Amino acid sequence: MNLFIVNSSIGRKLVMSITGICLILFLTFHMSMNLVALISPKGYNLVCEFLGANWYALVATIFLALGFIIHMAYAFLLFLQNKKARGNNAYAVSAKPKEVEWASQNMLVLGIVVAAFLLLHLYNFWAKMQLVELMHQLGVNVCGDALSKSADGAYHIAATFQDPIYVILYLVGLGALWFHLTHGFWSALQTIGFNNQLWFNRWKCIGTIYATIIVFGFAIVAIAYFVKSVCC
Amino acid sequence: MEKSINITLKVWRQKDAKAKGAFETYKLDGISTDTSFLEMLDILNEKLITERKEPIAFDHDCREGICGMCSLYINGHPHGPDEDVTTCQLHMRKFKDGETITVEPWRLAAFPVIKDLMVNRNAYDQIIQAGGYVSINTGGVPDANAIAIPKPIADEAMDAAACIGCGACAAACKNGSAMLFVSAKVSQLALLPQGKIEAAARAKAMVAKMDELGFGNCTNTRACEAECPKSISISHIARLNREFLCAKIKD
Ligand code: HEM
Ligand code: SF4
Ligand code: FES
Repeated sequence: MNLFIVNSSIGRKLVMSITGICLILFLTFHMSMNLVALISPKGYNLVCEFLGANWYALVATIFLALGFIIHMAYAFLLFLQNKKARGNNAYAVSAKPKEVEWASQNMLVLGIVVAAFLLLHLYNFWAKMQLVELMHQLGVNVCGDALSKSADGAYHIAATFQDPIYVILYLVGLGALWFHLTHGFWSALQTIGFNNQLWFNRWKCIGTIYATIIVFGFAIVAIAYFVKSVCC
Repeated sequence: MEKSINITLKVWRQKDAKAKGAFETYKLDGISTDTSFLEMLDILNEKLITERKEPIAFDHDCREGICGMCSLYINGHPHGPDEDVTTCQLHMRKFKDGETITVEPWRLAAFPVIKDLMVNRNAYDQIIQAGGYVSINTGGVPDANAIAIPKPIADEAMDAAACIGCGACAAACKNGSAMLFVSAKVSQLALLPQGKIEAAARAKAMVAKMDELGFGNCTNTRACEAECPKSISISHIARLNREFLCAKIKD
């Protein structure tokens, strides 16, 4: 194989595609899990307990982090190589053909917005939940109040989204994710060769619907908890 | 319906591969809208020659859209603003009276400028030499019915074979990727019985050459397909990815 996933352009794209698909699968799970918080905050906390600092949740977290890191590392690698291939002279006039989606030309920028959103999200939730449990297990002294809330996901959702600034930041992050996914979804399938003239439009349509469902599922939880905090 | 227009041209002039180029502005009056774009450049060159100035160098050969020699990035589009035609098939009726037309060479690390609007597209020839052929002796012409090929497959191979190797795909691509060209060449042969036998080796060799020559990584933006004068579809890129990945996984 002589490491074609590093040395060949199509191999490198395969890595982008596979890590991207893994992230999409993760998002699907995460979004479905969040919907539980709408129906029953208690049920949601059961899920949170189940996904605390257990060995299986930690292994999954490590794989997920690896997925993100590889996806991002390759994103920058491809960007630099492509910039070099483009050469030093830019066109004085360049026009975007109408077939070219805006998202497809701005995947890196959209990805960076998603990554910034991810950091914010880790700070809002992960640092207060799994990380606290983990530190506790490792013998680090954590304050009792933080520990008792570490599996109370519903509390953290409510606490975060009572602040309209966070709601807006989350919606911006989700917006960038939507654009990233509308292109990423069909692009990932095209990259692994799972496409043809007939399926092209089908994948694009399925991808747009899928991205919309995912982003809507996330957004509705944040909005619902904000509305709850205002009304009650 | 002959009409004539006055235009201003901003043309990239560059003495040789090493020189630093710049735009020069030329005014041309009374150009018939029935002239082709290259004929218009011929008229400008005649004028430059009578003024004892250096004419503009640009590539062209057949002037009927089949050889792939003409190039030019015109007003932000490779092969100009018209759809699905080469520069030699582009006519001045596509431009307005008084319009300023910017003419640039393909700009890409793998296609260095030779002079003015002429670039070195030898990289594409090298990719073809790496595997864009059938090496087996296919003998004389067999009876047409001896090897039955379903019509949709024959059509798709024919569509891929329409690629003239002009380089507009890589020139238009924000990633400087040659995937549309390579995929057309791989598809055209991989779809037909004589080419199928070497399909895996061909895909590997041509992609390796493409990467070696410094073309970028395709991110499926579709600018190539939109600008290709022969409407080559990116479904061929999906086929190339399939051929290549299957070949690598089998190794
Ligand atoms: C939840 C998060 C993410 C998901 C679900 C996701 C998904 C995807 C998918 C499916 C693709 C298409 C792959 C292909 O064309 O083969 C893609 C491409 C891309 N992603 Fe992400 N991504 C995510 C986060 C990020 C982040 C954080 C970055 C940051 C730098 C990023 C940068 C890129 C870039 C630059 C591309 C285009 C590269 C290419 O097509 O070769 N993504 N992403
Ligand atoms: S694929 Fe189209 S744009 Fe690219 S070289 Fe062939 S004919 Fe030209
Ligand atoms: S000159 Fe031959 S295709 Fe334009």
